[in-house]
Amino acid sequence: MDLQTVWFAAVAVLWIGFLLLEGFDFGVAALLPVLGRRTADRHLMLRSIGPLWDGNEVWLITAVGAVFAAFPGWYASWLPALYLPFVLVLFGLIIRAVAFEWRHSHHTEQWDATWTRVIVAGSLIASLGIGAALGATTLGLPIDDDGNRVGGAFSGLGWPALLGAVAVLAYSTVHGALFLALKVDGDVRERARAFAVRWSPLAALPLLAWAGVTHLRYGTPATAVLWLVAALAVVVAWARIRVGREGQAFAAWGAMLVAAAATIFGAAYPVVVPSTIDAAFDLTVADASVSDYTLTVMTWAAGFGLPVVLGYQAWTYWVFRERLTADPVHEEHEEVPA
Amino acid sequence: MDVLDIARWQFGITTVYHFLMVPLTLGLGVLVAVMHTMWVRTDKPEWLRMTRFWGRIFLINFVLGVATGLVQEFQFGLAWSEYSRFVGDVFGSLLALEALLAFFLESTFLGLWIFGWGRIPKKVHLAALWAAVIGSWVSAYFIIAANSWMQHPVGVVTDDATGRPLQVDFVAVLTNNTALAAYAHTLVGALMVAGALLVGIGLWHLRKRKLAEQSTTDPARQSVDDGVWRRSVRLGGWVSLAAFLLVAVTGDWQAKLMYQQQPLKMSSAEALCETEAPASFSIFAFAKFGSNECDDVHSITVPYLLSYLANGDFTSAVPGVNELQEEYAAVYGETYPDDPSFGDKAGEPIDYTPLLAVTYWNFRLMIGMGAASAAVAAYALWSTRKGRVPTSRIGVTGALLAMGAPFVANAAGWIFTEMGRQPFVVYPNPDVPVEDQVYFFTAQAVSPGITAAEVWTSLVSLTVVYGALAVVELWLVTRFVRRGVTTADGAPVPGHTPEGGPDDDTPGGADGPARRADDDVLSFAY
Ligand code: HDD
Ligand code: HEM
Ligand code: HEM
Repeated sequence: MDLQTVWFAAVAVLWIGFLLLEGFDFGVAALLPVLGRRTADRHLMLRSIGPLWDGNEVWLITAVGAVFAAFPGWYASWLPALYLPFVLVLFGLIIRAVAFEWRHSHHTEQWDATWTRVIVAGSLIASLGIGAALGATTLGLPIDDDGNRVGGAFSGLGWPALLGAVAVLAYSTVHGALFLALKVDGDVRERARAFAVRWSPLAALPLLAWAGVTHLRYGTPATAVLWLVAALAVVVAWARIRVGREGQAFAAWGAMLVAAAATIFGAAYPVVVPSTIDAAFDLTVADASVSDYTLTVMTWAAGFGLPVVLGYQAWTYWVFRERLTADPVHEEHEEVPA
Repeated sequence: MDVLDIARWQFGITTVYHFLMVPLTLGLGVLVAVMHTMWVRTDKPEWLRMTRFWGRIFLINFVLGVATGLVQEFQFGLAWSEYSRFVGDVFGSLLALEALLAFFLESTFLGLWIFGWGRIPKKVHLAALWAAVIGSWVSAYFIIAANSWMQHPVGVVTDDATGRPLQVDFVAVLTNNTALAAYAHTLVGALMVAGALLVGIGLWHLRKRKLAEQSTTDPARQSVDDGVWRRSVRLGGWVSLAAFLLVAVTGDWQAKLMYQQQPLKMSSAEALCETEAPASFSIFAFAKFGSNECDDVHSITVPYLLSYLANGDFTSAVPGVNELQEEYAAVYGETYPDDPSFGDKAGEPIDYTPLLAVTYWNFRLMIGMGAASAAVAAYALWSTRKGRVPTSRIGVTGALLAMGAPFVANAAGWIFTEMGRQPFVVYPNPDVPVEDQVYFFTAQAVSPGITAAEVWTSLVSLTVVYGALAVVELWLVTRFVRRGVTTADGAPVPGHTPEGGPDDDTPGGADGPARRADDDVLSFAY
């Protein structure tokens, strides 16, 4: 395999990592109004993602950074083509980040409720927007021969963007529900489980549709197999959550995302931005990539860095593995001498 | 304004805003880690409570740094796609490495530190904070290396096929002398920000406690509380003074490099029109309003000093703006090429002199604000010597105001650096033969496909949102700071009546004890 292919795969892995991890914190946030009936429930839900969301978000930063680093042509076509949608995503991420912090910096019911709503809104905007952007980059943007957008500010937004948006939000919501079922105890756990049982088959459909369309358009036999694996994983996830096997269901649902995303990226390769104007304008890894020298440097850095990152991130998940309850036991907390 | 101008305003506003949080993260992070280390080593409650108090401020600030940093990561693609294509072979990898090797470390271990109180062994918990702090310092290195490469492109050759830089020596990019100097200068500048904060807030609390005679309630408790603020002032004061010294040393290093690499920037900062030997340093200048002609500027000067700053001796010649402008025009052209990629600028004359008023005054603002902050730090150390507490209202108010000075100095330094390199976004490296030089004009850098309406929308909305964030943030931080050091359960220090209404942190208040216990972790989290 040449280095451009390796880096295309690496970029795909980073996006998958982002969707797997940030997916559940987007989902938990989206479920706040649905599953969090009482204030204590909502606090519990937020506490389940508190130590994790920022580390998860760095997967997004790294994925975008890797697109820039390995395929500047992709970065420079994709982002301006969807200028306003990306700006909206940034607003979603900004208000969400500050809301996590500010929510408990001041104690009134009103304040708490407001910032909780901001977390919900920010997460919805961000997951929809990122889904739209990914949908567009895999299914087509109106770019010319130089990779620049043709048409007005919204010419990049067609049905692929819509499909991607719905797919990422629907997937994340069930992913969040399964995460909650696995992570917390009490009412919220029950409701999260019921939610996943009821909605998981439907929530998988847009993602499977997106993967299916990409496969039908550009796919190979290998991507057909991947698609089938994804479809099968949905069935497994649904069957396992029905019988209350939360861990297995969460893993199967995650496997569904991995297989579906692998179908999409695998089928799209070597095109990184298909042009809806003329197939001759399609931007491929070869058009968009940096030199072999730079790719080699980055391969060394990532080969060393990524395992270390995975190691310590896994370790934090391990440290915070205990199931949370709405009535936290605080004996273990060290009292601060006054 | 055309897309180029709007995009430049947007980049300037968002980056300067991001760089309000950044130096505080870099500087305060180390100081909190030192406080935490002192607590683990000495077990003294003062250190623990300092860690909790300053750590909380550090976190509030950190989140805004993350939120605004995200915008930065996308901006190069959104508004500067031609720039991104041009510099892609070098620049993107530095950003990606920053994320991979630094941001993960920072955010993961900070999460561990915040939620790890009492859950993981004490020393591991301390190590988590250090890991996060090291992450932020590593991140600063990569991004400064990226920025310094634009100022002084090394380690590349020109790709004959595309005309773009092709990276040939990654180590040279990482060891760029511009980057080493700028990194050192930026980090000590960041320490000045943290130092001034400790001094200002610490002095204010010390004085307030003294005036309220709070020693009557509980003498043991009293000494701990006073200790917190006293130590903060002493630590902050010494850090400020040392950092100011280092800022001057590293700044001198940068100035000497700049005379080799970007002489026009430095001569503009000195309003030095004609080549002089020996050259004098300008202290204050008057210019004809609205003119960017060097000859319209008149300065009050100190003889010989500029020769020393530029070259390290008191006699040698320093090139003037007028002469340099001609040299640049001869080499890089009188006018922009008549090519659509230059947008409205195509065919227009090129002004190689950066805006004189901006470079000149920002340079002085940077140094002046740093000096003001150092002077206040010296006053604070003097007025708290041997257990004394200053009761002077002016002194304490001054210290509070001086907390802003290093922020201004940092912003001024960047505005000087970035606007001083105009009209280039990638500045030609003079050590390379002219025909092999890599350079790029700002006028070429902007995204060709986007409309002015789009950039206006993002510029206005980002500015409004950033403004709103600043208001809420300042309000929260001020409230938190006024309340002072609280104990673990959030109860106010005895005798410290919270300013606010019934919604304040009083134990057994509206939410009852359960809520308070919950917030023991959460109030320290984000
Ligand atoms: C000298 C230091 C420095 C400079 C010049 C910049 N930053 Fe920054 N940045 C940091 C130092 C830093 C930091 C100290 O590491 C931050 C600040 C607060 C924080 O949370 O981390 C950070 C946060 C931060 C984040 C969020 C990281 C996270 O989620 O943990 C991103 C994506 C960026 N920055 C990107 C940029 C880009 C693209 C810049 C170029 C214009 C930039 N920063 C300038
Ligand atoms: C270290 C990382 C940085 C990088 C890679 C970087 C890069 C850039 C780029 C690409 C532009 C747009 C092109 C131009 O207008 O010339 C720019 C402009 C600008 N930057 Fe930076 N910058 C960095 C840090 C900063 C910081 C920290 C500040 C201020 C706090 C800053 C202030 C500005 C300003 C004011 C402009 C507008 C200059 C003008 O248009 O005249 N920069 N920078
Ligand atoms: C005391 C004397 C000082 C000198 C001689 C000095 C010198 C310089 C010079 C020459 C530059 C431009 C570098 C370039 O364009 O490549 C610079 C930039 C800068 N200065 Fe200073 N400086 C001083 C004080 C300060 C202080 C007090 C602060 C902040 C607290 C500060 C913060 C900065 C920053 C953030 C930059 C932009 C980033 C960089 O290029 O390092 N400086 N300084």
